[in-house]
Amino acid sequence: MGAQLRVYKRRIRSVTATKKITKAMEMIAASRVVKAQRKVRASAPYATELTRAVTAVGTGSNTKHPLTTEAQTPTRSAVLLLTSDRGLAGAFNSNAIKSAEQLTARLEAEGKEVDTYIVGRRGLAHYNFRERKVVESWSGFTDEPSYADAKKVAAPLIEAIETETADGGVDELHIVYTEFVSMMTQTALDARLLPLRLEEVAEEKPQGEILPLYDFEPSAEDVLDALLPRYVESRIYNALLQSAASKHAATRRAMKSATDNAGELINTLSRLANAARQAEITQEISEIVGGASALADATAGSDR
Amino acid sequence: MAAELHVELVAADRQVWSGEATLVVARTTSGDIGVMPGHQPLLGVLESGPVTIRTSDGGTVVAAVHGGFISFADNKLSLLAETAELSDEIDVQREQRELERAKAEGDATAERRADVRLRAATAR
Repeated sequence: MGAQLRVYKRRIRSVTATKKITKAMEMIAASRVVKAQRKVRASAPYATELTRAVTAVGTGSNTKHPLTTEAQTPTRSAVLLLTSDRGLAGAFNSNAIKSAEQLTARLEAEGKEVDTYIVGRRGLAHYNFRERKVVESWSGFTDEPSYADAKKVAAPLIEAIETETADGGVDELHIVYTEFVSMMTQTALDARLLPLRLEEVAEEKPQGEILPLYDFEPSAEDVLDALLPRYVESRIYNALLQSAASKHAATRRAMKSATDNAGELINTLSRLANAARQAEITQEISEIVGGASALADATAGSDR
Repeated sequence: MAAELHVELVAADRQVWSGEATLVVARTTSGDIGVMPGHQPLLGVLESGPVTIRTSDGGTVVAAVHGGFISFADNKLSLLAETAELSDEIDVQREQRELERAKAEGDATAERRADVRLRAATAR
């Protein structure tokens, strides 16, 4: 076998192995998307009920609460960025990071200091490499976040917003995550989580529904005190779940195109290998023919 | 048909139980509260404790609920809990071990959790 042909054969073998791996990863990601979507759906009843309750207290009473009151001049903001622990997901992480950086730039242009909180090793690595300050980070659960993880993430954020700005607290909380629109579309977006705009929360529910006058147990303040942190946790939980679903969808897509590319590469390489083999055969034949005719010429000469 | 109310018991990550009931008893921070059809709109903070639902077909559903809210309006009652499990989902032996472990380690939250689960499991 010629050297050229051997090289092609080797490359085909290695690309085939890669294709098998990416195909497997694609299938795993596909099944995980379905699972993650199911989790998003399962968390929906809690979120809707909670939103209803928050709207009820917010609109039904004149209670002031640190989580709902806007600071006169906000000077510090917290940005929570949700990325994944692992790559191989196309532009998933870089889109989220880009979106977070745009938000940070915008907040800084408004004269606010920005504290960054990160979920996922990818985002953390990006910030660490550029030696930017990260207040707190979490990782290890981005593929399948549980409610306890959301609680863990929410706790320091709620604490930061409850502390006075002068004592190192923050006035606002923004969250950057990847929304799962469909299997093919996932968009990185940022949203202001706190302080809560009750009007916005109210808009999320169906129009025309008149909220009843609730009897609060033990009191409106206490209910709000207990409700709002739960609301924030549930929003973060939802964002984590959507982010996870988006990550798996992005992985699936990236792996699908990798598999397709590998297939194409194998085709091209086999054609090249065939051509090389054919060229080798042609050369061998012409060598034999050439050799034979040279031999014939020589014997014909000596006979004479 | 007796008056009934619609109950949704939801945990953060799933719907635990939903159906019609004639009476729901839950523990709020200011004491046990019973809700029957036609109760006035209510929004309360729940304590960790067992919730008893008397279903309209005469059965009883008991669930262990840890932290959350009760909200009632328009004959619809929602019980929101961070974690909730029905009494028949609770593994009594495991919770007994858990209770002993929590007691030994002085973990008050875990002890309460296990205690509530055990009480819910035995109340069925």
